[in-house]
Amino acid sequence: MAIVHEILNYFKVEINREQCKKCKRCVNHCSYGVLSFNGEKIVSDDQKCVACQRCAVMCPGNAIRIVQNESFLPPHGNYTRKIRNIIWAQSGDGGVLLAATGNDRPIRSIFDDLLLDACQVTNPSIDPLREKIETKIFFGRRPEKLTFVSDQDDLEGVSLKTKLMPNFEMDMPIMVGHMSLGSISYNACHAIYKAAKELNIVAGTGEGGLHPDFFEYAPNIITEVASGRFGVDLNYLHNAAALEIKIGQGAKPGHGGHLPGEKVSSLISQTRMIPKGSDALSPYPHHDIYSIEDLAQLIAALKEATRYKVPVGVKIAAVHNSAPIAVGIVRGGADFLTLDGFRGGTGAAPRIIRNHAGIPIELAIAAVDERLRQEGLRDQVTLIAGGSIRYSADLIKAIALGADIGMCAMPVLIAMGCRVCQQCFRGLCSWGIATQQKYLVKRLDVDIAKNRIKNLFHSWNEELKEVLGAMGIDSVESLRSNRDRLRYIGPNPHIAEILGVKHAGE
Amino acid sequence: MLVNKNMIVEKTKQKIYEIGMDDMIEIDAAPNGNPIDYRNLNTQIHGAINENFTNIILNNVCGQRFIGAGLQGNIEITINGIPGNDLGIFMDGPIIKVNGNCEDQSGNTMNHGKMIIDGDGGDVIGLSSRGGKIYVKGDVGYRVGIHMKEYEDQFPTLIIGGTAKDFLGESMAGGKIIVLGLKILQDGTIIENPQPICGSELGTGIHRGAIFLRTDENIEDRLGVGAKIFELSEEDQKEIENDIKDFCETFNIPITTIDEKPFKVIKPISKRPFESNYCGYLV
Amino acid sequence: MRWENYTSLPEQYRNQRVFDGCGISGFINIDGSRVSGDKVIDMISILKERENGLGAGFAAYGIYPKYKDYYAFHFLFDTIAAKTNTLHYLGNNGTIIASEAIPTNTPTNIDNPPIIWRAFFDPKKSNNLEPDEIILKIVMEINANINNAFVMSSGKDMGVFKGNGWSHEIADFYMISGYNAYMWLAHSRFPTNTPGWWGGAHPFNLLNCSVIHNGEITSYGTNQRYLSSYGYKCTLFTDTEVIAYLFDLLCRKHKLPLSIATMALAPPLYDEIEKLDKKDQIILKSIRATYRSAMLNGPFSIVVGYSNPVPTMIGLTDRKKLRPLVAAISDDENTIYMSSEEASFKRLTSSNNNFSMKEIWHPKSGTATIAMLGKGLVRNGLEPSLMKLKSKYEGGLVNGNCA
Repeated sequence: MAIVHEILNYFKVEINREQCKKCKRCVNHCSYGVLSFNGEKIVSDDQKCVACQRCAVMCPGNAIRIVQNESFLPPHGNYTRKIRNIIWAQSGDGGVLLAATGNDRPIRSIFDDLLLDACQVTNPSIDPLREKIETKIFFGRRPEKLTFVSDQDDLEGVSLKTKLMPNFEMDMPIMVGHMSLGSISYNACHAIYKAAKELNIVAGTGEGGLHPDFFEYAPNIITEVASGRFGVDLNYLHNAAALEIKIGQGAKPGHGGHLPGEKVSSLISQTRMIPKGSDALSPYPHHDIYSIEDLAQLIAALKEATRYKVPVGVKIAAVHNSAPIAVGIVRGGADFLTLDGFRGGTGAAPRIIRNHAGIPIELAIAAVDERLRQEGLRDQVTLIAGGSIRYSADLIKAIALGADIGMCAMPVLIAMGCRVCQQCFRGLCSWGIATQQKYLVKRLDVDIAKNRIKNLFHSWNEELKEVLGAMGIDSVESLRSNRDRLRYIGPNPHIAEILGVKHAGE
Repeated sequence: MLVNKNMIVEKTKQKIYEIGMDDMIEIDAAPNGNPIDYRNLNTQIHGAINENFTNIILNNVCGQRFIGAGLQGNIEITINGIPGNDLGIFMDGPIIKVNGNCEDQSGNTMNHGKMIIDGDGGDVIGLSSRGGKIYVKGDVGYRVGIHMKEYEDQFPTLIIGGTAKDFLGESMAGGKIIVLGLKILQDGTIIENPQPICGSELGTGIHRGAIFLRTDENIEDRLGVGAKIFELSEEDQKEIENDIKDFCETFNIPITTIDEKPFKVIKPISKRPFESNYCGYLV
Repeated sequence: MRWENYTSLPEQYRNQRVFDGCGISGFINIDGSRVSGDKVIDMISILKERENGLGAGFAAYGIYPKYKDYYAFHFLFDTIAAKTNTLHYLGNNGTIIASEAIPTNTPTNIDNPPIIWRAFFDPKKSNNLEPDEIILKIVMEINANINNAFVMSSGKDMGVFKGNGWSHEIADFYMISGYNAYMWLAHSRFPTNTPGWWGGAHPFNLLNCSVIHNGEITSYGTNQRYLSSYGYKCTLFTDTEVIAYLFDLLCRKHKLPLSIATMALAPPLYDEIEKLDKKDQIILKSIRATYRSAMLNGPFSIVVGYSNPVPTMIGLTDRKKLRPLVAAISDDENTIYMSSEEASFKRLTSSNNNFSMKEIWHPKSGTATIAMLGKGLVRNGLEPSLMKLKSKYEGGLVNGNCA
């Protein structure tokens, strides 16, 4: 007798038969094939349900609830249900398990263990609603110092001799992380770029090229040159506020990329400049970068090709030796450096890497900031940090630890409607975000999504100002690397030491 | 620097006018024997292009990188000397001729144009190129033609007169690589190259495009993941005919020499070589 | 006066920054004429509501004309050994031209008075280091690594006198009336921590730069980490220290003109910058982008004495004007005064019938008031950032592509 080792489903679709009008709207909206109408009533194949909530939200009668499957596996504190499921999946299939979004292991967040300072008595807090608090920042490389020449005979005559390297201004220290067209839909990209433009911040394209339709958003876009060089031609290089060489991604350090052929629609084909239907494989390394001097070479090549008009930077995943690597990158000529922590998201990555490789962004920021200072380089570059900046508190703490800009992507997706079902790699996103299927993509209204992103970041920026005001700081520049205003309350004092942050009460 | 450049342009212009070729300019990459910095050299090239010179000759080139980076248009650059890495990176149209060898990553992410190397090539030639032609008269190194790709009417062609080393055409996503296995001696004599036609891990990860090897060697055990040897079909034959003709004309190789050995063609087993490697369960 | 904690804080208070409310006063004689400390004692001691008897100090410029070419070190020592070690260390790094106790009125009933010492010093010539840079290293070394020793000041032809007590007590102790200087700064203190310590009183000095400060720097962490890149060790746990180091970095090392350096410390708001013409925008944005970590935030008013090369007094408040500063110019326009409160000026005019102020004004927030020896009032702190400055942008020189 053959035994079927089926993975116990997590969810169950509960349909209130009295409220159900049998309109079949839920059937139409379920992109995972869970719901169907058997001629008599709506039935569900719970095995397929990913709890994306689309049916529940769309049901006009409010008849659907997604609930947890009560069916119970024998409990075990070590072989958790998840680990057993992984074993069943792999022993059945023999493949490398894929996963999407960021690391889902319940690892303690260091951000959550940090507390902010506020003014009492010896300095006054500032009212952010009625007095100006600045959140504008510059993006790019700066010189170590400015050279002014003063007129010997006339004290009032001063002349600035230094020309700044390309820098642009942003209204908030926030950027939307890199998500390619391919990992997310055309409409999702459009909403993000539009929001970035209206907020005067920047958004990353990911490594999948930039569709010509989006060239108009170039001043608010950072394009990425990754190992696959997808869509990289002169148009691409010239239509960007900054160029980023992608070495690694927090969710999959040391791993390449793989967009399966079935997702390479004509739209994707056009953007990545590859034939329709063929796999888009990003090689694991850049094959023109096998060493740090090669990275310097690619940075120089991009600067040559764009005639030194835009900042060129490098993104690395936060790994054990991030600090010396960062120094090498800055010495190699990078104008900005993007650090992506181990919680960073992905549209598809091997679960083993997503869940187990890299280090937390908090520690990486602290180590990199400190090391760059020791080398006298920190103030010359823009440091961007991402890898699970979930809300404004994380952003504020990242800046106080030493980042210039916080980069996030998941909150943007969630703002647009994502329910974090973590099935992005299947391309069936019922919310029209992580999919290329036209009937799904059109579910995402570009303007509504754009406004939600705008609202989200507007609120973050207001919260940032509230915190700055409470700290008696009137410009975000004075929060950056101001670790003096952080305290640690976690269980491991060694972490506080690495962060250069005192324990609460000290 | 700017003044300097203009001076050179002016000076050379006069010289050229005398011989009546007003679209040609010579730039000395090592005035007084001191090689200039690549930024300086490229700035001079940009300056010459802005002055509508279309035929640019670079003399005494000595390791300057990024020559021709991101250039567009109907321009011909002739290089006398040894260009540095990333020759013609992101190039989109021009022709570059090198009278000598070239270094690593020549033709990196090239979009369109032609590179003619009258000598040997380094490693990773033609990396990620999406279009254009690269001709190397002699031998090339490792990972040549890696991740070449095609798109619509863009189709990169890389022809190597000599032999290649390991990882030829790795992750190839389009275009064609032709390796002829010849050796052209100093005096112009052409012999069969004593080196093996290619190294190991041939075409590993190839999922589109084709590699044509002119060889009678048994290369079965050198194949990489996802690559397969096919007999040359008539269609394949047609596909490379014109390319080979052009290559032979460029380097004065009698076309009859080519016929002395058969071609083998390496193509992907599948457009989705790693399809079954991953699985996605809700765990 | 508190006769304890001269060169360092007690163990339990270290690692904590001291916050304080303060009174600050100072003046400069444009013609360089030297006057006794009496005037500045009057100015500071009238502001007694601003102090709580836990620290005060004076900086005097032009007091050592005889030794004006040598670095004048003012030391605090707890022990004879510390003095011996320090002078030995100095001797190894150059020539001690003169070395003597600073005269004080030490009460006889004190068990362990501090040893207050001065030395005039000529550093060994070095091929790769400027003399100022050598002195900077010596100061950092003594303060960080020689036990029971503290450098109060290290400039030329100037000195800092400070201790733990009321301003009038400190003035008596050091016999400030007996010194003649063309520029005087005075500070009285209201620290939060009870013990206080002598070295922790103001003015803070490094080389020819002395800072008196009222307020708290909320950007301390950012500034301190920025300075650490350049070898400045902030060991004194007070935010005034970073101001002195920032002045040193910007003015001496980066050679920024004073007016520009003060703009980097308290830059105009972006909204204000946007209103200017293109050239001024480039200049101010270049300053903000490059010196983003040098910007001082939080409530502060400072008066800085600086003499490299021209003796100058600078007054500056934070951009939101959270701490007071008032300025005045004498009838003969020869003396520029600055103080926390106008009472300081009133005290001077009411005690001398032949003397009055020509003008008293409140400088704008975040705008430097600069008075220079021989030049007079260069900036009155009322003009827009770049006004009166004949600023030019040449932008010829791109500062290196990479390190």
